[in-house]
Amino acid sequence: MSNKRIKEAPITMDTFLKGVWEENPVFVMLLGMCPVLAVTNSTINALAMGIATTFVLVGSGALISLLRHTIPRQVRIATYIIIIATFVTIVDYVIQAVSLELYNALGAFIQLIVVNCMILGRAESYASKNRITKSIVSALGMGTGFTVALLCLGTVREILGAGTLLGFPIFGADFEPWVIMILPPGGFFVLGSWLLIFALLKQRKTKMEGLARAR
Amino acid sequence: MPADSLTFIFLNALIINNFVLASFLGICPFLGVSGKLNTAFSMGLATTLVMLISSVCAYFINMLLVEFDIEFLRLIAYIAVIASAVQLVEMSMKKFSPALFRALGIFLPLITTNCAILGLALFQTYREYNFSQSLAYSLGAGGGFIIAIMLMAGLREKLELADVPGIAQGAAMTLMLGGILSLIFMGFSGMGGA
Repeated sequence: MSNKRIKEAPITMDTFLKGVWEENPVFVMLLGMCPVLAVTNSTINALAMGIATTFVLVGSGALISLLRHTIPRQVRIATYIIIIATFVTIVDYVIQAVSLELYNALGAFIQLIVVNCMILGRAESYASKNRITKSIVSALGMGTGFTVALLCLGTVREILGAGTLLGFPIFGADFEPWVIMILPPGGFFVLGSWLLIFALLKQRKTKMEGLARAR
Repeated sequence: MPADSLTFIFLNALIINNFVLASFLGICPFLGVSGKLNTAFSMGLATTLVMLISSVCAYFINMLLVEFDIEFLRLIAYIAVIASAVQLVEMSMKKFSPALFRALGIFLPLITTNCAILGLALFQTYREYNFSQSLAYSLGAGGGFIIAIMLMAGLREKLELADVPGIAQGAAMTLMLGGILSLIFMGFSGMGGA
């Protein structure tokens, strides 16, 4: 199998940046929505969740990439899930040891990283086909893209819903917090608004390109 | 109603703390498979079936894990059990009821990575529900999932005839609808507390 393969493309900055912008897991591919909506009611939760998911992505990506010639094709999905679950268990115990407060705030969603379809999707479509360094770089990019997306939601929701940023108040004392933003409906509304903004930008870009071509 | 009665657990999972609209579990199928009413119903039914089976399995697996004092393996054990339960349901359905298999078949593999299933198994363990309470909880959660996904599918079918602006078509519109549905379900949260 390996001698038939054409020479692999080298690792470029693009391997990393693809996950951050072009193939952003949240805003473009709409994967792993549950934690995106559930834990982004404050910036710090969003950041912790992003880092935890990135760690699982990188760890499982590396291991799956190393074992890609050993895992039999028929049971590959089950094997991937077990590998991912192992890394999630590690993260679960680490967060519990580092900060119990954070652990309680994130609740079951740390353990639910296992069923984040983004991680399984990357394992199946990327890590099982590429060399280890390339898989790690790509996983880091995807993880960064996921973290950025979580932060986009987390900051907006915290500023509007609680009037604070990372716990520090940023408005005056007479600011009336828009509580609905940190409750479940706010998650849907903020993510929907971000998607609207990106759709608007994309529409503008295609229009500009069309104009440039007409000229 | 006492908080540990079967009716309360069922109603709590069904509407008060709806899995999709209040706890954000199972958002992927909620956004992805809610285009048509009848496929949404099939998806909901298949999910409920798997929820029921995996809830029973998780209950006994947890007894085993506690017995041997190896709770750190809980996550790995649960996900392995759910994946094999899905496989088992798929195989037996193919054998005994081909009609049902044709209706639900393509959704079954998707259900393995539905966080509502694993979430249900984990929550019932944390809340230390006994066997009948676990059953009531999983039935309520499955029913809640069906309600949410069918409401969304109904709305989206109606919206196909509406004049939606170009940039709002697709995911953005679905998320806004989800927000409004979630807002409506918040009205139930006064009933009986958490």
